[in-house]
Amino acid sequence: MASRTYAYFPGCTLRSHAHEYERQALAAGQALGIDLVELPEWNCCGATFPLNAENVMDLIAPARVLIAGGKAGGDLVTLCAVCFHVLRRTANFLQTHPFALERLNAFVEEGPYDGQLRPRHLLEVVRDDLGWAEIRQRVTQPQAGVRLAAYYGCMLLRPGPEIGLDDPEQPSVLENLIEAVGAQATSFSHSSECCGSYLAATQPGAVERASLRVVEAARAGGAAAVITACPLCKYNLEQAQREQPEESRLPVAYFTQLLTIAFGVDAPESAPWIVGAPA
Amino acid sequence: MDDSAVRAPDLSGRQAAWVREIETLSEQTLLACYQCGRCSAGCPMVDEMDLLPNQVIRLVQLGMKSVLDSQAAWVCAACLTCHARCPKGIDLPRVMEAIRILAVRAGGARLLAGDMPAQELAEAPPMAVIGALRKAGG
Repeated sequence: MASRTYAYFPGCTLRSHAHEYERQALAAGQALGIDLVELPEWNCCGATFPLNAENVMDLIAPARVLIAGGKAGGDLVTLCAVCFHVLRRTANFLQTHPFALERLNAFVEEGPYDGQLRPRHLLEVVRDDLGWAEIRQRVTQPQAGVRLAAYYGCMLLRPGPEIGLDDPEQPSVLENLIEAVGAQATSFSHSSECCGSYLAATQPGAVERASLRVVEAARAGGAAAVITACPLCKYNLEQAQREQPEESRLPVAYFTQLLTIAFGVDAPESAPWIVGAPA
Repeated sequence: MDDSAVRAPDLSGRQAAWVREIETLSEQTLLACYQCGRCSAGCPMVDEMDLLPNQVIRLVQLGMKSVLDSQAAWVCAACLTCHARCPKGIDLPRVMEAIRILAVRAGGARLLAGDMPAQELAEAPPMAVIGALRKAGG
């Protein structure tokens, strides 16, 4: 199998809270011939895309990541949904706003940035560069009978025309991945509802209520676990359930774990959707 | 419809300048909003707000600076659901951000790391802490 190499940006949360996301992604990538090569130097992407006309200073952090990606050559790939969102929107903005690009390049000594990169999410690499047939071919442990809720949250999907990863109201990439490993995607009314996002740091009560609505909707659809691509969604959905007895919590897992389990890289008994599945 | 044909409310000079400031910061045409309420209907944080998202935009249209004292903009998670569904294409999260920026500039609310609940500051992933500080820190 031909190996594909991509420049890889981990981001801050994968190196502090979401270690398993990275480990699973690298391991699943290895099984698929996807080689994720970490950028030699990187910084936090800024964790939010500025939503105002005076945004150039706020774009410096993500632009530095884009510059590092450009130097590495080839496609720049991320795992974190928020990093992906911030980097893709920054790239879009700088590509279409030459004056802002010029101002930014005056600030950033690592540059200049040429405005040409289009950062990608690993889900796009799996879907578009490999395809579902290739995923199905790799599966040695089909997850037959497992019912899973595909949870997108906000940053992977919106704004739809600009992010362009999937249909913002009727997405399918996570469902297709769930089905490619032999599991079943459940009907899930809250698949693109926000969990409360970064308000976790300031208004945990509000985030808990929003996240519990997501969890309850997934449970109502009969899911044995929620599948996500976002470390903050995972944190918020788990935090919201922390007061519940462990056996009644709905597990939240990264899509990469579906791959490592289905490829036989990780032991079947490590899958939270078997352990935590309702009887 | 050509939004420029919508008659602007009869605002005082200072009110009109303030509305223009929000429009400039947010790069949105506020009079495009016809109060259908779809933003509020789909907002995941609406239960936490003292003003509904559509009410926020109405108050801004009318130049009412009291909107700067509302909690709504600080509870907005910028999830962009309202923007995705607005039949007039208004990017309401950008209006919320303009309100936060003007509130900070007016010397009001400004989030500092020390203001965060200690447990959340210690436990939340950096993406949440950094995101909150950049959205609400001014």
